Amino acid sequence: MDSLIVQAPILIITIPLLGAFLTPLISRASEKARNIFVVGVLVVVELLVLLLARDIYSNGLRIYTLGASLPDLTIPEGYIVPVRIILEVDGISIFMGVITATVSLAGAVYSLQCMKDETGQDRFYTLLLILVAGMLGLEFTGDLFNMFVFLEILSISGAALAAFRTRFADALEGGFKYIVISAIGALVVLFAVGLLYAQYNLLNIGALAKVMQYGSVDKIALALLIVGFVIKAAGVPLHMWAPDTYAVAPAGTTPMIYVASLVCQYALYRICFSLYGIVLDQVTVGWIVIIIGVLSMFVGVTMAVIQTDIKRLMAYHAISQAGYMFLGVGVGLAVLGDAEALAAYGREAINGGIFHIINNAWYKSLLFLTAEALFLRLGTRDLNKMGGMGRDMKFTSVAFVIGALAISGVPPFNGFTSKWLIYKSVYQFSPILAVIAMLVSIITLASFTKAFESAFTGPRLPEYRDVKEVPKSMLVGMAILVAAIVFFSLFPGLIVDRMISPATDALINQATYVNAIVGSTP
Amino acid sequence: MNQSIPFNVPFLAVAALIGIALYIIIFKRNLIKVVMGIGILASGVNLFLITLGYREGGIIPIYTHAPAGEMVLPVPQALTLTSIVIGVSVMALMLSMIVHTYRHTGTLDSEESRQMKG
Repeated sequence: MDSLIVQAPILIITIPLLGAFLTPLISRASEKARNIFVVGVLVVVELLVLLLARDIYSNGLRIYTLGASLPDLTIPEGYIVPVRIILEVDGISIFMGVITATVSLAGAVYSLQCMKDETGQDRFYTLLLILVAGMLGLEFTGDLFNMFVFLEILSISGAALAAFRTRFADALEGGFKYIVISAIGALVVLFAVGLLYAQYNLLNIGALAKVMQYGSVDKIALALLIVGFVIKAAGVPLHMWAPDTYAVAPAGTTPMIYVASLVCQYALYRICFSLYGIVLDQVTVGWIVIIIGVLSMFVGVTMAVIQTDIKRLMAYHAISQAGYMFLGVGVGLAVLGDAEALAAYGREAINGGIFHIINNAWYKSLLFLTAEALFLRLGTRDLNKMGGMGRDMKFTSVAFVIGALAISGVPPFNGFTSKWLIYKSVYQFSPILAVIAMLVSIITLASFTKAFESAFTGPRLPEYRDVKEVPKSMLVGMAILVAAIVFFSLFPGLIVDRMISPATDALINQATYVNAIVGSTP
Repeated sequence: MNQSIPFNVPFLAVAALIGIALYIIIFKRNLIKVVMGIGILASGVNLFLITLGYREGGIIPIYTHAPAGEMVLPVPQALTLTSIVIGVSVMALMLSMIVHTYRHTGTLDSEESRQMKG
């Protein structure tokens, strides 16, 4: 058991990667075997992630050095700097790991019957597992160049998945936009990694943080890294790709591509807090993140109100909700150097921001799945052409209501808890920001009320007379996320104490992250 | 290779490549040209990485018992190699998407083939 936990970080990345390339082989035998295999791989990953999470939340972070005789031997004998690739899994990494594993599992189960009639399913599941491996790798790695590689892995597989239904011209457009924007973002990141390597001859985040001087080259690198990851996290004004890509991605992959953008947001925080941390000009960078957040909230929700395509509507809400996370964490970042303000409201703001990430992963993913269910049954995403689906698709409409109430921050749903943390702490920082956040929340509720009414209520339309509830695997996929929402709504205190606070500490305490790599040796 | 490279020619080339690439990506409407722009951007970044690792008069970093003298840095070369491989797969994916887009819309102009707005 112990050795399993020691090896878990690398297993969590390699199992889906290996599984991805075995999938087409197993697919030759039978489709059923392949489906069982894919779900099995994701269940194993989920269990390993939960096991590792339990260990990390009680015993602190885990290091895994690739190729070393001992996993925690970060600096080989005869060297003074880490030269090997190191996986460093702390509170926030495993937190993102739990999100990724759970949403991917739900997405894959959902896809089983949703994709039943598509061609090239073996390739679909291969890409899906590669996307999982890319996300988990980006979360666990402690190495900057590795970060670039995993970023590209998740971009390439994500774009291929978004464009998977090549029979639709708009799917190709969404996929193409995603890959172009990802390629540019990743190259910007690579350039920044090159700059940092030129300065310090190091690639490890912890080791770099130890020697970071924050000179002008480091500032340029920081700016490039922020741009690169904000593009991928779909923060306004770099969000143009998100609605198109989310709208067209097939079956259970929309939530996964959405989670991939959350993972890139995590990478941004990792850079700001763990790589730069104390040397950072916190107020400036904090305000940059806050401004991105406020813009995302506002532009996202106002664009969402005018949409008639249900998935585009949800995509704009996704951008708007990401704004809350940027706002919460940005406020925390801005007061990082001020111990008093940090204790008074900064920590709580980061708590709220991070809590909002996991809450969003549940209900936003659920909403994307319900939209896809409507698309499967009705063949359209246009809200004006829908109506009266509440009678025939009961479970889907209940799931939609739960998701919509949670995203609008209606108590007692989980969206309320994290938004409340954000309002409360941000109000102490700047009241006007809190007011904007509340206003956006109200518009969100209005927009979802409209969407619900168009799709589910009203008389049954004659052209949809034979519409049935979606098949069982799709219901199971949605049920997993509903269960997560209910659990998080019932026990918010427990979650904040056991999961969110350790994750926040992992971001704030840069020294823990750094010392785990370079030790206390000079 | 004992002659030194005058000024900072490689770095100027990097700047020129990245500048040209960004111009193409932002202002050109032909999808193939956008892909070419990304290719040029990747080349610019790769050239930057290689130039970083270059040491004047250095030898190639492949010896166990190296002859006397400085070696060029091996890590940037490894990074560049990885980045080139990734670049190829990105390029292949983008071009295959363009092929499909052309089949649907019969045009390579990004404004004309556009389906989604707003």
